Amino acid sequence: MDIVREPKIQWLNYKWIFICLSLLLSFLGAASLVTRAMPRWESGMGPVQGVIFGLNLGVDFTGGTLVYVKFAQTPELERVRRSLTEGGLRPEEVTRFDDESKNQLQIRMAQIETDKADNLTAQSRTLFETLRQEFDSQKMGEGRLDLNNVSRSELIAKLREADSAAAPEDESLTETQRRYQEQADRLIGARTQLGGVFSDPSQLQDLDLEESVRKALDERFYLGSFSLLSVESVGPKVGQELADRAFWAVLFSLGGVLVYIGLRFQLVFGMAAIIALFHDVFITVGFFSLLHKEISLTVIAALLTLVGYSINDTIVIFDRVRENVREMRTKDLESVINLSINQTLNRTILTSGMTFLAVFALYLLGGQVLNGFSFALVVGIIIGTYSSIAIASPVVVWWQAYRENRKAGA
Amino acid sequence: MKKNLQIRLLVIVALAAVSAISFWMQGINLGLDLQGGIHLVLQVETQEALTEEVNQVRDRLEAVLQDEQIPFSQATVDDELRIEIRGVPADRSRDARRALETSAVNWTLRSQPGENGVDFILEIMAAARKALLDLTVRQVREIIQNRVDQYGVAEPSISVYGSGDVQDQIILELPGVEDFDRVIDIIQNTAKLELKMVHPDGPREFESEAAARAAFSGGFPDDQYEIVRLRDRTTGPEPRYMVVRKAAAITGQHLKNAFRSEDPLTGASEVSFFLNSEGVQLFSDVTGRNVGGYLAIVLDGEIRSAPRIESKINTESARITGNFTADEADDLALVLRSGALPASIVILENRSVGPSLGLDSIRSGVSASLLGLVLVVVGMLVVYRFSGVNAVICLVLNLVFLLGALAYLGAALTLPGIAGIILTIGMAVDANILIFERIKEELRRRKGVNSAVDDGFNKVFSTIIDTNTTTLVAAAFLFQFGTGPIRGFAVTLAIGLLANLFTATFVSKTLFRVILGQLKVERLSI
Repeated sequence: MDIVREPKIQWLNYKWIFICLSLLLSFLGAASLVTRAMPRWESGMGPVQGVIFGLNLGVDFTGGTLVYVKFAQTPELERVRRSLTEGGLRPEEVTRFDDESKNQLQIRMAQIETDKADNLTAQSRTLFETLRQEFDSQKMGEGRLDLNNVSRSELIAKLREADSAAAPEDESLTETQRRYQEQADRLIGARTQLGGVFSDPSQLQDLDLEESVRKALDERFYLGSFSLLSVESVGPKVGQELADRAFWAVLFSLGGVLVYIGLRFQLVFGMAAIIALFHDVFITVGFFSLLHKEISLTVIAALLTLVGYSINDTIVIFDRVRENVREMRTKDLESVINLSINQTLNRTILTSGMTFLAVFALYLLGGQVLNGFSFALVVGIIIGTYSSIAIASPVVVWWQAYRENRKAGA
Repeated sequence: MKKNLQIRLLVIVALAAVSAISFWMQGINLGLDLQGGIHLVLQVETQEALTEEVNQVRDRLEAVLQDEQIPFSQATVDDELRIEIRGVPADRSRDARRALETSAVNWTLRSQPGENGVDFILEIMAAARKALLDLTVRQVREIIQNRVDQYGVAEPSISVYGSGDVQDQIILELPGVEDFDRVIDIIQNTAKLELKMVHPDGPREFESEAAARAAFSGGFPDDQYEIVRLRDRTTGPEPRYMVVRKAAAITGQHLKNAFRSEDPLTGASEVSFFLNSEGVQLFSDVTGRNVGGYLAIVLDGEIRSAPRIESKINTESARITGNFTADEADDLALVLRSGALPASIVILENRSVGPSLGLDSIRSGVSASLLGLVLVVVGMLVVYRFSGVNAVICLVLNLVFLLGALAYLGAALTLPGIAGIILTIGMAVDANILIFERIKEELRRRKGVNSAVDDGFNKVFSTIIDTNTTTLVAAAFLFQFGTGPIRGFAVTLAIGLLANLFTATFVSKTLFRVILGQLKVERLSI
């Protein structure tokens, strides 16, 4: 099956349309970067900081704390935000995370300036205590433990303590320990399967638990309203370091690809490929700014992958151009390029299309943690495919024309 | 069947079998983001150890000069950790120089005329400084390793890294740990234990530092006594202060062992520690000389308790009380056993993931992978019909190789790594497409099936090398740049690309040869 049967499109006739479209997209991205950076702009800042401020950088780069919390019931965002602020924290973003039915919140907090060296961990602890006071102050007390936040070792210890009398007399200590470990594993395992929280005591009914354990659960535990799923705290120093490294990694990989292409092709093709590559990365980043999507470490990973991948179509086309130039020396470069694009059009569409399908599956089902990553690739693959035809090829033609003009002039 | 073809098939089957066995036997390690656990980046405050060392050298030099009866006006440490010994009379400066040179070997010594006599300035040599800082980091690493092992983490990974002259950061990965806060406390606890005599005069406790200072009207000698906060939960939340001698009578170095014990009367948890023979001797000396006085137990710069010395004590054990829970007492005993950190550590980065979030990620990762696989397989079969089967076999083999290599290398599969697998699924067929399209093109030029297939592979080979190389270059930079999860992605991507190079050129070609050579197919379904 052919996607397009023997196309005869004069691609380069449309180059101005392509250029305008690309400029428009670049301009939109740039405009968004500038407008978003403006309020935070201070005199004396360079353009690099401008770009950075125009993006919604994640805690990986800005420093701060990102916490995922799962609630037993649908949480009120406003109440969470208010209680955290009252607790002395600086919640920057409190948003729902993933499926609404999962009752999960993503809370992003700015670094609090204190002189205490360990304030990185202090923040998540304060957050936990604050939320506990806000939501569970009624349930706490009398030495009861929160079954939704208890750790395995705490649970085993508490169950044993509750049940020291009930254990059969002839049972050895290690056997008792093993019995409770098993019971605790059942509880923790069920909690994990439920996504981290028992929302209702009835969820305990179906578990295969001993009577004494059930009694202990009734008397000494309560079901808290929430549980911390994960905590990511990044200090400002590491954040700055990661941001620097990300920046250089993107730049170096562009350089590395340039060197490789330069070795394999003439310089003209190398430059054209790199210009297209910059174009792809810039427009993709622009989309992140436009949609205010967060840039995390994994998004940087996606951008780097894009650098390596989106050049592939360009290579395929240029390889064909080189082959055709060798075979038919008479034709002018423009028609050779048109012919080469047409000859490779099917594979360009298919290779990008198949990768797109896979990445799109990731975008649909991959979960919210990978959302930024797959979004970058979804956008990047489309832009990258387009640019190898629409940007890289005209650049080669222009460059060649410019050189010939100079030769003729000289 | 031609011999060459047999060998080719054998190679493929053998590689697939090795990969499958490797996957079967070793399984895939899950990264911290999938199985849950703690990832910490710690900064060792090496400067503290240096400051401590410089101060000790200063004390030593002071003592040496006093022993030799060489007068001087003052011996101080300046902001840049230089030791300045001022005011040595000119006629003794030669003696002073000799004494200083022999007792501070790795130090540079300068002298200059000062206000009253000769001033000496000592600075630690760069090599000795670096050696000391490296040693500090190494000690911290060992102590943390020790603590983590004692706490009982299955497969901890500890590595030292850093970009500067001294590698002073420690990356710690603790898979499967749930008690985030507790473990972080254990690691970060300096656990510096000191026993110090309380100032014999005046009341024992004060409500503020100022009150303590005022009580000793005219002040107490600052270089011998200091004010330390009292942290005793039995006295309530109000802070209390005590004046104690700066020099510790006994330190954690004299400790032999420590464990949680229970007060025989109240049953409250406390920590018992045991002194080594030198410690017992010191303990007996200090208690013998100070009967009726108070001995403060100072932990990390805070007094835990200050019992009265009733009589000379000869035993080797002592207790730290203070309203501990059982876990707290266990943890304190653990850190005391493992020794005090020579410098404190600051947490630069903390990523703690519970098991349920990882489980959720795995579920979505697996369903996304399956959907991606189905879409690509259906796509290839629709477009290339029977030749699509060839590509699908390559794709499946590619995944088998990838999983086998991940298992063999023991590389951890992270969430971005799963994304890398999905990406591999999408990119794996790219090379097949390039080849198939070229074959179709050659067929259109009325070439025979055999030569069309051969030309298809040969003409596209360099293109495939090019495209794979550029992506590999990007993956290499990614590996260089990333930590943890990102590296997992880079590794997955790189292995996927290499496997892809093999399946697309070698495996696919072999399959075509089987079809064309053995099955004598005249028309290719492509």
